[in-house]
Amino acid sequence: MSAVQEVVTAAPAIDAVPKRAMTLGTGTSLIVLALLIVTPLFVKNFIIFQMTMLLVYGLAVLALNILTGGSGQFSLGQSAFYAVGAYTSAILMEHAGMNYALTLPISGLVCFAFGFLFGLPALRLSGVYLALATFALATAMPQLLKLGYFETWTGGVQGLVVTKPDPPEAMQSVLAWVHLKMSQDMWLYYFTLIITIAIYIFSVNLLKSRSGRAFMAIRDNEIAASAMGIDVALYKTLAFGVSAAITGIAGGLGAIAVQFVAPDGYTITLAISLFLGMVVGGVGWLPGSIVGSAFIIFVPNIAEGISKGLSGAVFGVILFLVIFLVPHGARQVAMVAQHLLGRLKRR
Amino acid sequence: MELFTNQVLAGIATGAIYACMALAVVMIYQAIDHLNFAQGEMAMFSTFISWQLMQWGVPYWGAFLLTLVFSFIGGIAIERLLFKPLAKAPILTNVAGFIALFAIINSCAGLIWDFTIKQYPTPFGSAPFLGSQLISTHQAGMIGVTVLLLIALYVFFRYTRMGLAMRAAASVPESARLVGINTSWMIALGWGMAAAIGSIAGMLIAPVVFLEPNMMGGVLIYGFAAAVLGGLTSPFGAVIGGFLVGIFENLAGTYIPGVGNELKLPIALALIITVLVVKPAGLFGRPIVKRV
Amino acid sequence: MLARRKHLIAAVATGAIAFASTGSALAQKKYDSGASDTEIKIGNIMPYSGPASAYGVIGKTEAAYFNKINAEGGINGRKINFITYDDGYSPPKAVEQARKLVESDEVLVVFNPLGTPSNTAIEKYMNSKKVPQLFVATGATKWNEPKEFPWTMGWQPSYQSEARIYAKYLLKEKPGAKIGVFYQNDDFGKDYLKGLKDGLGAKAASMIIAEEGYETSEPSIDSHIVKLKSSGADVFISITTPKFAAQAIKKLAEMNWTPLHIVSNVSASVGGVIKPAGFENAQGILSAAYAKDGADAQWNDDPGMKKFYDFLAKYDPDANKLDGSVVYGYGAAQTLVQVLKQCGDDLTHENVMKQAASLKSFTPDTLLPGVTINTSATDFAPIKQLQMMRFKGEKWELFGEIITDDFTN
Repeated sequence: MSAVQEVVTAAPAIDAVPKRAMTLGTGTSLIVLALLIVTPLFVKNFIIFQMTMLLVYGLAVLALNILTGGSGQFSLGQSAFYAVGAYTSAILMEHAGMNYALTLPISGLVCFAFGFLFGLPALRLSGVYLALATFALATAMPQLLKLGYFETWTGGVQGLVVTKPDPPEAMQSVLAWVHLKMSQDMWLYYFTLIITIAIYIFSVNLLKSRSGRAFMAIRDNEIAASAMGIDVALYKTLAFGVSAAITGIAGGLGAIAVQFVAPDGYTITLAISLFLGMVVGGVGWLPGSIVGSAFIIFVPNIAEGISKGLSGAVFGVILFLVIFLVPHGARQVAMVAQHLLGRLKRR
Repeated sequence: MELFTNQVLAGIATGAIYACMALAVVMIYQAIDHLNFAQGEMAMFSTFISWQLMQWGVPYWGAFLLTLVFSFIGGIAIERLLFKPLAKAPILTNVAGFIALFAIINSCAGLIWDFTIKQYPTPFGSAPFLGSQLISTHQAGMIGVTVLLLIALYVFFRYTRMGLAMRAAASVPESARLVGINTSWMIALGWGMAAAIGSIAGMLIAPVVFLEPNMMGGVLIYGFAAAVLGGLTSPFGAVIGGFLVGIFENLAGTYIPGVGNELKLPIALALIITVLVVKPAGLFGRPIVKRV
Repeated sequence: MLARRKHLIAAVATGAIAFASTGSALAQKKYDSGASDTEIKIGNIMPYSGPASAYGVIGKTEAAYFNKINAEGGINGRKINFITYDDGYSPPKAVEQARKLVESDEVLVVFNPLGTPSNTAIEKYMNSKKVPQLFVATGATKWNEPKEFPWTMGWQPSYQSEARIYAKYLLKEKPGAKIGVFYQNDDFGKDYLKGLKDGLGAKAASMIIAEEGYETSEPSIDSHIVKLKSSGADVFISITTPKFAAQAIKKLAEMNWTPLHIVSNVSASVGGVIKPAGFENAQGILSAAYAKDGADAQWNDDPGMKKFYDFLAKYDPDANKLDGSVVYGYGAAQTLVQVLKQCGDDLTHENVMKQAASLKSFTPDTLLPGVTINTSATDFAPIKQLQMMRFKGEKWELFGEIITDDFTN
């Protein structure tokens, strides 16, 4: 072709989320928290299980929000980190007899290292090339998990069955005084909720901190950021590491909730679902993660209810409707709502 | 040695499949600066249309041409109806749109034509090519058509006004508008052409892999990989990339002991990532200079 | 005084008899969740989307079959309410759907859930909830463990038993064979491979000279075939699903390579595999079957298949009768109906399992003549018999006797 070089002055691919709007207001946060704490007391175990998965996928979407919305690095490969976290927990629980709670920090650390190491070669890639590289990682993971080499640990294609933890003895005896018994599902839900809240608070503070500002500077204009003295390489790989760690913890929790790990559960479909969750929730808007998670869990069920043969098509149509109406995801909805509330208050 | 040449030849034959798809991928990238995940499904749907036409009695070349026209119009229609409204939306939202399109097309194809495999005819016959038992006449024909397409695209982009207008609209949209190019319609045209090329790819691939709604899933990944390896801005690179991916994958599967066989795709993708780290714009792509 | 005492005794006696008879009348109708006087709720999990969506048609066929049963009056007067959910072949989704069926929809039985990963994911849960996981739609060998998993039962012949039959055949007919195995790299392929190796016993290492695994994401499997040919194998065992089986048949023909070609039963469908691959390319291929093929003209006058075709015409006219999955769905559904009929008015989870484990020589319309379903408290493998067949002309020719797999797990 004629030109020797292609000069790109494109706008950043990912919009900045104003710092003010990065989290929900205190009032809204408390309401959401109250809902999350109180609802399980009134619903069946199956719904509690779905709520647990809501939190688990919410964590994974949150991690992706930090990586893409925060530091501007595309990733279609989160399913790989999720799988590593899930398998680490499962292997430690089943082969080493470790307590389930202890496996989570280890999953987090392992995935942090994995993410950090993946971030290193990914430094030279951006945009669509990075998307392809992460896509490659996600596609490779199920095949790696099936490798005969690791079969004694991973169970190969058959996967590993994980034992569901019981609520701790101490809690059961306290509850017994008031003639209440906590089911395994409920305990697991509250356990997941505590971890989710902790990670959410950590993430919000991370994005508001100096490191967070470094991430966002890199996202908005990498060259300018490096000219300002930010160690781009360090922060980019750090973002990958942190994101992978959170996704790994989510994977571990998911493995415990589902009680089973197998290569078929961690395919590229999961990575694409998490990506969709991020877009629907609002890229870079951490509270939106739970909206995105709800979308990817419940909308396929709704689509199936509408038409069994065309469930994929119905899902696609609903997705299109959502992105036509609110291209910026749930964040846009929240902003509109906030605006309306503001107008009402002034009246 | 014989195994080596056999695998190389088989790799070239398979690589023709990837090269075909990669051309469509490059085409859409030229138009919208992004990869369309639904490209493979659009190609598959077009191939089903041509199959249906043949079931209704239309002869092969008639169905082929009708499908080309239909795909071209269909591509433009999809862009105008579904993606023009998203033009101002962030890129990630557009990618979500591609994924939605993928789901819709795949699901509809499954409902209309069900999931059993269907035989798809080839105009080139299935005899061994030049006596070689590794490349059939169809596969040779596929390579031939791919090369022809490549030349046609090269001529289009390099020597026609429309091609120049499209390239301008994609890389410097503001300047293009200043000289009177309707950038919005250029994008639509790009979609139409990509859909048409995709349909050719589908109609060439179906005789080898058998026609069914999930036939393009694996092909698309390899098509992306080949396009990226060759350079997303270079159709020539896409074709070479396709052949290279095919050959390398076969050799990796044959000669890397133990895991080579179970990790063919990851190894191929790892190769591409390595190339990208060294040459970020691909083997034949133009280096991208970013300005602040 | 005496008269009063007599009256008292009579009253007490009458009361006792009345009480006893109401007690036994109550004992005649027992229901667990999912069953009532008017309906029986049957749950099902199928991949209607995702990589295995080709098998979703099994669920569709079963739904149509239950419609037919309902139109004919139901089972002992009760209508079947068939609730089927999509799991997209993803184990976490399968767990969600299973829990929904058991806890939210409160079904009596989860019938014919499909896929080894999905079934493995829900096995422990189903057994802990004591709800039958009946006639699972996978040939994995592990569904015959009544002691450890008393609530889980398979249906079709296990992959390993089929592979062992081929191994036996080879040991007998071609003891010096050089075998090249082409297998799908997942639970299906690996299970088969194990069965093959077990069947060949000590000679496995010397007879199997090449093994090529492939992934379903590969667009073209040519390079594997090239490798197998160059290994010098003279027996080609194809442990493949339909699309890849057809590709292999075609490639072998193109390469002019004519080893003894054995294909797994999963891909033996005339309409779904052989016809697209080309009849002329498939001459002499061996396989084994336990059911009749809907595309095979030799069964046109068979009374069982006539019922099947009538059913399709009336209740499932859009179905593709060339698709082996449709025949499969019909046979499995018919087996469930038999179990439910045997339950009578005792529709508890426990009795369903008990009746499922008491099938004696039951013959659904679609199984080969001579193949029957037998289960017992220690035998949770309903179909254990296969017959080998050779492809000639445009159909399969059965040969030899019906072989019963006698290899105990």
